[in-house]
Amino acid sequence: MANHTIAHNVYVPFLEKKGILSWILSTDHKRIGIMYLISISFFFLVAGVFALLLRYELLTPASDFVQPHTYNVLFTLHGSIMVFFFIVPGLAASFGNFLIPLMIGAPDVAFPKLNLGSYWIYLLGTVIVLIALAKPADTGWTFYTPYSATTDTDVVLITFGVFVLGFSSILTGLNFIVTIHKMRAPGMTWHRLPLFIWASYATAVLQLLATPVVGITLLLLITERTLGVGFFDPAKGGDPVLFQNFFWFYSHPAVYIMIIPAMGVISEIIPVFARKPIFGYKAIAYSSLGIAFISFLVWAHHMFTSGISDLAATIFSFLTFLVAIPTAIKVFNWTATLYKGSIHLHSAMLYALAFVFLFTIGGLTGLFLGALAADIHLHDTYFVVAHMHYVMIGGTVMGFFGALHFWYPKWFGRMFNETVAKIAWFLIFIGFNVTFFPQFFMGIQGMPRRYATYPAEFESLMALSTYGSWILGLGIFIMTINLIAGLINGEKAPQNPYGSLSLEWQVPSPPPLENFEEIPHVTDWTYGYGKKK
Amino acid sequence: MSTHSHTEERHITGNKTYIIVWAALMVMTVVTVYVSYINFGMLNIVIALVVASVKASIVALYFMHLKFEDSITWVFALFPLSLLALLIGMTITDTFTRTIVP
Amino acid sequence: MGDASLEHSHGHHMDPAVEYSSSKLGMWLFLGTEILLFGGLFAAYAIFRAKYPEMFFEQHVELNKKMGAVNTCILIFSSLTMAMGVSAIQRGKQKATAILILITILCGLGFGVVKYFEYSAKFHHHIYPDTSIFFSLYFLMTGLHMLHVFIGLAILGVLFVLTLKGKFTAKYNTPVEVGGLYWHLVDLIWIYLFPLLYLIG
Repeated sequence: MANHTIAHNVYVPFLEKKGILSWILSTDHKRIGIMYLISISFFFLVAGVFALLLRYELLTPASDFVQPHTYNVLFTLHGSIMVFFFIVPGLAASFGNFLIPLMIGAPDVAFPKLNLGSYWIYLLGTVIVLIALAKPADTGWTFYTPYSATTDTDVVLITFGVFVLGFSSILTGLNFIVTIHKMRAPGMTWHRLPLFIWASYATAVLQLLATPVVGITLLLLITERTLGVGFFDPAKGGDPVLFQNFFWFYSHPAVYIMIIPAMGVISEIIPVFARKPIFGYKAIAYSSLGIAFISFLVWAHHMFTSGISDLAATIFSFLTFLVAIPTAIKVFNWTATLYKGSIHLHSAMLYALAFVFLFTIGGLTGLFLGALAADIHLHDTYFVVAHMHYVMIGGTVMGFFGALHFWYPKWFGRMFNETVAKIAWFLIFIGFNVTFFPQFFMGIQGMPRRYATYPAEFESLMALSTYGSWILGLGIFIMTINLIAGLINGEKAPQNPYGSLSLEWQVPSPPPLENFEEIPHVTDWTYGYGKKK
Repeated sequence: MSTHSHTEERHITGNKTYIIVWAALMVMTVVTVYVSYINFGMLNIVIALVVASVKASIVALYFMHLKFEDSITWVFALFPLSLLALLIGMTITDTFTRTIVP
Repeated sequence: MGDASLEHSHGHHMDPAVEYSSSKLGMWLFLGTEILLFGGLFAAYAIFRAKYPEMFFEQHVELNKKMGAVNTCILIFSSLTMAMGVSAIQRGKQKATAILILITILCGLGFGVVKYFEYSAKFHHHIYPDTSIFFSLYFLMTGLHMLHVFIGLAILGVLFVLTLKGKFTAKYNTPVEVGGLYWHLVDLIWIYLFPLLYLIG
């Protein structure tokens, strides 16, 4: 193993081969990563358009742009596509695929064919859901019973599609766990692993062990609608809240499937642009596993007003506060890394800083919702919407954009226009805050989510939020154009434009087919910045 | 590439062990069926589950060679079980401590 | 096509020892997933059993204990032959392995036949998945298990053919061992289903 070399004497970039078959049959983790990246970005933009339509409807109190039913369908599509097509596979599948073998010094993942299979299962799932759009569901992305068991929209097909997507997620997680255990280069000990790998590992465990539970839950919902099974139907002796228990047993860990990879990205970007070793390496590494573990213990905090027992609610409320510990550890360590660093405000770094700032707001407002008494008032209001978007956009999407800008030169071998990237970042940052910060106020004042109409007194805040969504949309549009333009006529990227010490920067940009001409021997961790060579 | 290294260190279980395990499984099956005809009240389910768990354990340990696997396999074999216990435990806690039965 | 062959060689660079332990770990991870997939049903069972004990007592007598016991014996025996098959190929005995896998397949088919008679008897008595919570659980748990038996049989079928073709030797037999793990899971799940559904005191 140690002296095992790969027989490539000439540098062949992995993007070399052309033709559609060379892509769709490729077992190269980098190409599979690109296919995921294109797919999830496409669905992100589509679901983003749905969000703009939702906000446009909310510009005025009356439902004058779309009918309430259409509005319900729109938010179901926005939520389902964002959650299941974009953010759950998201960073883990795209950047995870691209980076894990490169970062640990492996030629590929442990099971390359299975990896390709995961991608195809993902596509199959999306196709099934798209077919289901002929009669789009109006249940919201959570498919709560009893409504989902009784509505005459096509819930069976869309949930089956999500079930298939779950399989893809499971197999990706399985592949990454085995890869990280078995494929590390000689000398790449656990405590030398880049923190993105630790984050990916924690994510993969969640994908592997939480997803099957939502799988069986959705199957039960399907049998409820097709075979007349009554587990969730009180008339047959069932319990609709049981669905929520099962659903959130997955979907709360799923929140961490979405956010932990982004935390890994931030842990990579910050030391490079602060030119300092990461502060508290082990604390960050183990806090990823800690978050993953605690995420299994807190699911019912989504259900405080669903009629669960007071005892259970109290236990879950208490456990929820435990999440604050590992997340705070991360935030403190990132800021400590920045302290007295020689900070370079590259666009990727700007996204990372936005992450730390916005995610902190998202996390702190989460405490309000985790507190049992406050949640009774805030549940199902815009406060939840705002909190969730601060974590998901302010957190995961900022991490995703940061990763895009950071690894773009490595991935495509070209550079984008840095000035335009900074302008786009500014618009996104401002637009995001203008969109979602007012929603905290509306939520506290009692404005419930998921309504096409609202009382007139919310008009100014609602309109402000809608204007913000336009700025945000414009920013994302400019960013997208800038990144695409870079592909076409960007400058050639050097091997290591930021002077990073991580393994993926020690190979050419873009990397050759099997990554390393010779499997590297690792002698140190990847964060030794600012030391004399 | 050398292949001899791993085949040598691999443990091959003898058929004798397998047959003893199989016999034990059969005996326990007979025991559970037999016990199910006697009414111990709540104890019946406990006995049934304990016997089933013993059976499952020896299938995993011997037939599936878990006994000879490394610690990481053990972790990933046992951790899902603890999650299952958590799912069942907390869902039951919720369902049976509600003040208003829906 | 030079490109394709380059691609093809890709992924075969792994050290066989690493490949072996990776495949095994991968299968164990997958079994963990399967346990949690069934876990939802076990959780539902626990809750409804605690909620409606009388229903479970009264309705389980409709199930055929003898058929359940026969199927338990069949599956345990098939687990034995599978385990012996793995040991046989590790010693390089291809013919013995093929025979043992074939017996395992026949046991699996036998299990399916018994199950078929059980299900048809239920339908004959107008017992369907929507009859009651108990029968919902019965049909879903055994149905999902049956699905796994079929998947297991498909895997065993492939292993049987490949063994006959001489693809497996004392040196290389990872698929037999990993496929065997999957088959044992089918047995493991049934070990719990049998008492929970058929043998309620």
